[in-house]
Amino acid sequence: MKVSRRHMLVLLPAAAVAWKSVLAGTPEQAPNYKMSEHWWGMLIDVPKCIGCGNCVRACQAENDIPDGFFRTWVERYHVSDEDMTNPQVISPDGGKEGFPVVKEDAGKYFFVPKMCNHCSDSPCTQVCPVGATFVSPDGVVLVDQKYCMGCAYCVQACPYGCRYIHPEKKVVDKCTLCYHRITKGLTTACCESCPTGARQLVDLKNPNDPIHEFLKTHSVQVLKPQMATGAKAYYNGLDGSVR
Amino acid sequence: MGVFKDAGHLFRFAGLFVLAFLIFLVVRRYVVPPSFGQYGHYRANSIGEVAAKPIKFAGHQTCEGCHTDVLDVKKAGKHANVNCEACHGPLARHADDPTSVTPVKPDTAVLCARCHTATAAKPKGFPQVSPDEHSSGVACETCHQPHSPAIDAGGAK
Repeated sequence: MKVSRRHMLVLLPAAAVAWKSVLAGTPEQAPNYKMSEHWWGMLIDVPKCIGCGNCVRACQAENDIPDGFFRTWVERYHVSDEDMTNPQVISPDGGKEGFPVVKEDAGKYFFVPKMCNHCSDSPCTQVCPVGATFVSPDGVVLVDQKYCMGCAYCVQACPYGCRYIHPEKKVVDKCTLCYHRITKGLTTACCESCPTGARQLVDLKNPNDPIHEFLKTHSVQVLKPQMATGAKAYYNGLDGSVR
Repeated sequence: MGVFKDAGHLFRFAGLFVLAFLIFLVVRRYVVPPSFGQYGHYRANSIGEVAAKPIKFAGHQTCEGCHTDVLDVKKAGKHANVNCEACHGPLARHADDPTSVTPVKPDTAVLCARCHTATAAKPKGFPQVSPDEHSSGVACETCHQPHSPAIDAGGAK
């Protein structure tokens, strides 16, 4: 059959569209996981944190984080008696190998683990110009690293400093709440390795999750509530000086 | 039709616009991924791509499937709620292939000190010691059994 130039012009785009649909396929999902049945968050129990750095090391191992970058990190606060509003905060290498020993001193010391708050009204997803970062239907803020062009708007927009440009991939990287684990029924790497239970993965759509009872009976805060980010990292026993 | 007498150039121009719009529709159909917009202004397939990453930490349920003896010791002791991989590190590869991938025993001098070195920043009720004063260099596991560390509870070796 001889194909004329006119036919070719009609056929080529049609074939391209068809091929695109063939290539697209459907991604592999865990068989019994339904996104509509979950709304993930994290409970961080500040008085339980001992600053061992297990979570930071576990996160780096689980997610292949390059040295010097952190999806989660631990900060040590020192609030002096004279100036309650200006705490001294240190986080040597993200608290990965623990903290320098301090003898009893004036004021108080405590550890605060930090991570992506998986905000439900996230400022970082709102500024993305290409739709590469989003809140998934189960409440996890994810990055589409194939779509991200590394403009770093979201890095600036995050009020909690939880995003960075990956030094090799040159696209944005952040905590996925171990999405590859929680969709398989496991907890996150940081929760799995926390020895004191200072971190707990919570599913706010699961009526049997102990988080509901915990929120009723404890004074729980989120970071920077004045920014109305809808943060889902719930901090128990958080000191007023924490930013 | 007198009013349209000299309007031929406008119709040609409108035709060009329609043609450009059709080309835009075809190009958009081609360049926008099929799953874009399924849940929102993003590529829905990327959720599956993130979820497809392999795991490194097997999870304590997996460990406890085989190491029931350790679980029984641990359950009775102070470390009952400390998960296996909190100390032993990520071992999903060992869980997949227990014979050829064997874990290295952690060094207690580093491991125990990470949690139990005394510092003013730790919660007051948490058991802490100054390693130098407490044992002056003697390895922790000489006296304490890591899976059930209290000495008076029969945890000593």
